[in-house]
Amino acid sequence: MQASPQQTRPLKHHLWVAFLVVPPIVFMSLFVVYPILSAFAYAFYDWKGLARGEFVGLRNFREVLFGATMAPVVWNAFLHNVYALIALMIIQNGGGFILAWLLYKEPFGFRFHRVAVFVPVVLSTIIVGFLWKLFLNPNFGIINQALYALGLDSLAKPWLGDSSTALGALILANAWHFVGFPALVYLAGMQRIPPEIIEAARLDGTNEWQLLKNIVWPLVAPSTTILFTLLFIGAFNWFEIPYVMVGLDGSPFGTTDVLGLVFYRTAFGNQSASIQNFGMGSALATILFLFIVVFASMLTLWLRRREIQF
Amino acid sequence: MTAIASDTRASRQPISFAFLAQAILIANSFIMLYPVVVMVLSAFKTTGEIFEHPFALPDFTQVGNFAKVLGETAMPTYFANSILVTGTSVLLILVLGTMAGYAVARYESRTNTFILLFFLAGLMLPLKLAVIPLFILLRDLGLLDSRWSLIVTYTAIGLPSAVFIMAGFLRTLPSELEDAARIDGASEPRIMWSVMLPLARPPMAIAAIQNAVPIWNDFFFPLVFIQTDARKTLPQGLTTFMGEYTTDWGMLFAGLTIAAAPITLLYIALSRQFIQGMTAGAVK
Repeated sequence: MQASPQQTRPLKHHLWVAFLVVPPIVFMSLFVVYPILSAFAYAFYDWKGLARGEFVGLRNFREVLFGATMAPVVWNAFLHNVYALIALMIIQNGGGFILAWLLYKEPFGFRFHRVAVFVPVVLSTIIVGFLWKLFLNPNFGIINQALYALGLDSLAKPWLGDSSTALGALILANAWHFVGFPALVYLAGMQRIPPEIIEAARLDGTNEWQLLKNIVWPLVAPSTTILFTLLFIGAFNWFEIPYVMVGLDGSPFGTTDVLGLVFYRTAFGNQSASIQNFGMGSALATILFLFIVVFASMLTLWLRRREIQF
Repeated sequence: MTAIASDTRASRQPISFAFLAQAILIANSFIMLYPVVVMVLSAFKTTGEIFEHPFALPDFTQVGNFAKVLGETAMPTYFANSILVTGTSVLLILVLGTMAGYAVARYESRTNTFILLFFLAGLMLPLKLAVIPLFILLRDLGLLDSRWSLIVTYTAIGLPSAVFIMAGFLRTLPSELEDAARIDGASEPRIMWSVMLPLARPPMAIAAIQNAVPIWNDFFFPLVFIQTDARKTLPQGLTTFMGEYTTDWGMLFAGLTIAAAPITLLYIALSRQFIQGMTAGAVK
């Protein structure tokens, strides 16, 4: 259909199309493709501060995965990322699914509830992190103040200072921040189910649980695929909430350390030890990148298989 | 659809279930909003009042904290930087995204598949993990510690999704529109600018919101790229501010309230567009 201008004035037309596509492609090549390709290359070199040294093969990778100083820190952090992923899968995505189902029925005030659940999502993670850090303050935070007011003094804790509760507190703050996202994505997914299907099931006397399990859950599978994949990527890139709430070292005693913090400390140093190691940082980023790409693709393919066309 | 669907959805619900559902939704909305309410109320209190009566209503005429945040701290500078960086990035994303999206959607070419795959790769790859080479590249270009370092990074991150949103929409426009203008002798740029783009405002708004919110809220890239206080954006400036006033809780809550206010108010005014824009990548 657009063949005629190409035939009549080819050069002018080609120049116009080139004018449209070349700047965006050059921009992407310079600021996305080139950095990502270099990221792999950098991992094979020794770095002296900001200057690239000699080629060292797989040494940085060996150091990150099996070295005496790096490996224990990396694996400890990796475990916390896995905990966060599993907990957020249940609390954030599972909670979002339940909220979506309740909103889908359009009960009294559902418009208000739909707007309310998304309020924290629009806030900066930095605001959310600081807000919960103040609320969880052992002496003056409203969590402990509320417990004192209710006479539950024994339950009050230094939440972020206690090894047994710190990671859980970060996970809950994250869930508070983002639960509205899966809720509204699932809600949109449910609204795409033809209402006749749900009506027919109801006429057959299907109870609520069977309806959710056998009809709604399989039919929102496309939303599940996207939400689980995004959470997977997000959980292994987790950085801002831990950085703001417990600091760069994952205090107390590394019990909240995650790979994002390890990467930042390795690549850009921290206050206590201002050593930059771009080689090790690049190796860690490359490993994390390959891990995310491989597992996120597998997860997506596996979840896609259970999607039903309707 | 919603109006018809709503009676079938609401019907045949046992009363006890409806009651439980309502209770859960009210409890959830309370949990979502109460922390924000406490933040705003505490901003009107002195630190002593926050410690003594954390749940009490404040005297709303007491705006000293706000005056101090706006008058004595660098918060207004952080604000201006955030507006500048977010605005320029979104503008660049829309311009470049519309250019590529228009070419792919409106002109048949053998390279179109390649161009789309190229941007699809950009959509999948987390640029955060390439921050070290990006850091070195920006240093070599002399952009490190400047607002441009953020603008080019955000544009690169946001561009692929804008290309897909714009191409997806522009493809649906009937070719009769162009053909009629061509017969009238209009040039290709003129057709794009005066005929097609005026119709493409809705997807531009979606692409703008989808990108503006994460850019406005981003912390990671400023943390790595920006050192000079006068060039910090709001989230990064907030960490500096919070570090300066650690023990003055009235100031801390006022700072958080001022930082949260613009986007929260904008969201309340335009909640439908915000929700649509921010879930656009996950809802087909």
